[in-house]
Amino acid sequence: MLDITITFVAAIICIALFLNLWRLLQGPTLSDRILALDTMYINAIALILLYGISSSSALYFEAALLIAMLGFVSTAALCKYLLRGDIIE
Amino acid sequence: MKLFPMPFHSILLFVVWLLLNNSFSAGHIVLATFFAIGIPLLVGDMRDEHPKIQKPWLAIKYVLMVLKDIVSANIEVALLIIGPVYRLSPGFVAVPININSDLGITVLASTVSLTPGTVSAEVSKDKKWLYIHTLHLMNEAKLVEEIKSRYESPIKEIFGC
Amino acid sequence: MPFYLEIIICLSLIIGASFLFIGSYGLIRLPDIYMRLHSPTKASTLGITGVLVASMIFQSYEKGGFSVQELLITLFLLITAPIAANMIAKTALHHKIKPLKRTQNQDLIDSICEREEPKKADEKSV
Repeated sequence: MLDITITFVAAIICIALFLNLWRLLQGPTLSDRILALDTMYINAIALILLYGISSSSALYFEAALLIAMLGFVSTAALCKYLLRGDIIE
Repeated sequence: MKLFPMPFHSILLFVVWLLLNNSFSAGHIVLATFFAIGIPLLVGDMRDEHPKIQKPWLAIKYVLMVLKDIVSANIEVALLIIGPVYRLSPGFVAVPININSDLGITVLASTVSLTPGTVSAEVSKDKKWLYIHTLHLMNEAKLVEEIKSRYESPIKEIFGC
Repeated sequence: MPFYLEIIICLSLIIGASFLFIGSYGLIRLPDIYMRLHSPTKASTLGITGVLVASMIFQSYEKGGFSVQELLITLFLLITAPIAANMIAKTALHHKIKPLKRTQNQDLIDSICEREEPKKADEKSV
């Protein structure tokens, strides 16, 4: 039962990632694109954790944590760049 | 020189180190204690002054209340997103705030972003107004009243400012 | 793996995935940037928590111990999601992006950009 659920959930998250990609490519403004990237990071964490469950290995936790940190830092840096024209003042 | 200039940060470092390694073996506990004492001593002089948490029990109660609110608010927002879009009436609201510390305002703004269908957008320069955006604004006065009584007054009590 | 654990893991996975999907669906569906901000910050936070709870239960069973390191990611996302949303909202306001026509209190936007007090303060305050 777990295998079927994991396949199903992975399919749902992949569809969600494609929806985000659509917003990233189409998004009328730059803020939309940043928001889409931020959501893509969160969905990617979910996908990696799911792969960790299906291969029953705890190693992917570190990758998920790193993606979470990089996602936040890159969102903050992009917003800061658009707001001030500089990342480190 | 005090041994623990930042007691809260020391506890946080200790817990996070043990969580990261996911073990309670003696070696990791010694290493975590070393970090919990050493890092605050190194960086203690670099930080700005923040108000201390005056009432830790109230803080724990507040965190639990916010966690409960996050779950219910998330379900509410999910239903709003699925429902008909033309019926949503978004709006900007200015909430008057009366907190004197930056940390308190940050906590309030983060709570407002996470809980009911609102996202905090900006704080005015004199730190007296918090601007928020609501997904579905029905009763402005009631929303402001709820934010002030439910979230602002506990924060003021916790930080004592 | 015992049956009841499998049921719990499947349920939390499905709940988490549906919230993640709703978050991404709202990103496509809602009409303006300020409304779109709401769906990833709220729905996705709960969605990722569901997946993390499932992973936590599974890894605890696999290792035979108590694996709580997934809580770190939940904690991190709970702290950073509102900050990211706030910065994106600031960027959108800075670029003077027009909100939806039926947005209420649009006159506030100018004072938000200038970070001043609301202009009609005495009428607005309750």
